Amino acid sequence: MSDQPSRNRIISDQEAEHITRLEELAYEVKVQEAMTSDPKALDASQTMKEALDMFRSLRISGAPVLQRGEIVGVLSIEDVIRSLMVPDLDSKVTEYMTSKVITIRDEELVVEALKIFVNKPIGRLPVIDENGNLVGMLTKGDITRAFLKALQRDTQEEEMRRYRASHLFEDIESDRTSLILRYNIKAGDFTHGGAASSNIKRALMRLGASPQIARRCGIAIYEAEINLIIHTTNGGVIRVEIEPHQISIDAYDYGPGIPDVEQAMKPGYSTASEAVREMGFGAGMGLVNISRCTDSMTLESTVGKGTRLRMKIFLAQQETVGEGYPAN
Amino acid sequence: MNLETIIKDLELSVLTERQDFSKITPSSGYTSDLLSCVMAGAPKHSIWVTLQAHGNIIAVAALLDLSAIIVTEGAMPDPATLVKANEEGITILATPKPTFEIVGRLWEMGLRAE
Repeated sequence: MSDQPSRNRIISDQEAEHITRLEELAYEVKVQEAMTSDPKALDASQTMKEALDMFRSLRISGAPVLQRGEIVGVLSIEDVIRSLMVPDLDSKVTEYMTSKVITIRDEELVVEALKIFVNKPIGRLPVIDENGNLVGMLTKGDITRAFLKALQRDTQEEEMRRYRASHLFEDIESDRTSLILRYNIKAGDFTHGGAASSNIKRALMRLGASPQIARRCGIAIYEAEINLIIHTTNGGVIRVEIEPHQISIDAYDYGPGIPDVEQAMKPGYSTASEAVREMGFGAGMGLVNISRCTDSMTLESTVGKGTRLRMKIFLAQQETVGEGYPAN
Repeated sequence: MNLETIIKDLELSVLTERQDFSKITPSSGYTSDLLSCVMAGAPKHSIWVTLQAHGNIIAVAALLDLSAIIVTEGAMPDPATLVKANEEGITILATPKPTFEIVGRLWEMGLRAE
């Protein structure tokens, strides 16, 4: 069996999503948002001993070297190690520093810094402003931290959105508060069949409905939606009224109407055409499914005028939507 | 038993975007070509075996949170259906074999009705 990890394992959608988001972040976050500002710098007149003391006390692994305020080089811990091996700690930092300094502007995007880190053997970049003044230092670690912070912010925003929807009704004072969703369904539009029910199911989940309630609503509304597509002359409307304790669904149309409602309710009875049946619709089970998934259902129809199907699903005390009870 | 094993053993072609199928474990199986029966009977996270290949099978699978659809007898969903499937995150697998054989093989592999 293939329980062993496959050599060319395909990354999951979720992983792919994160990679894309990280790539996006590289183009969203500016260097100045990721850098460590208030950079610790060495002066060109200082010795390697002083540099070592500074690195040790500040727990940093490198610093730019300034001469009259201008960047003339970068000294890293590797340079200090080289001087220790001699030992030659009394030399000036200018003897051991890297003097070809690559800098980056604070206004640049992080992706530009990443390009430099990939192509050059350096671990830190001095950040300069428009006047060439040193304003910060940027390491790969700074970039990772900035990305993690941004990702966390994303998650919090989505959680906040879901939280707000699930508490929708709490702060609104009225004798009766409800949310009404309306969907126009076109006759014969099998391509979009199920779109309304999918959208309603998603809305209910956001409002904090339990998966079971969302599934029951989804099935009942799907069947009503398909009935409007198959049987109506000019389509119809699905109207869903969501209240904390109940969901009321109305599916109505303006014709042709059902001659014998009692017969229409019988399992297996259908007036769907042969073409529609070949697609797997018209099994005569739609209304049966609806009555199974809802707590109450009434079907009224007048030939020549239209049909109205009313469905209700009641929610238990701990299952109410929009009142802050988390789903499941 | 995961979806990767099923795809390999039954030689199914994957018509939708590839994902890590070894992480998807179907709960059970269901078969019918009548959509209302599927709506009534297919359990959550089950595999649905059908010879229907039109766009509406995606809506059904999405509403029921199915693990995958196996389309049998060489029926081929049109490109629009596959686009919709990818949007909804529904996996569609295809085979030239008849439904009876696919269901039998799935049962042999240990998949059951709920």
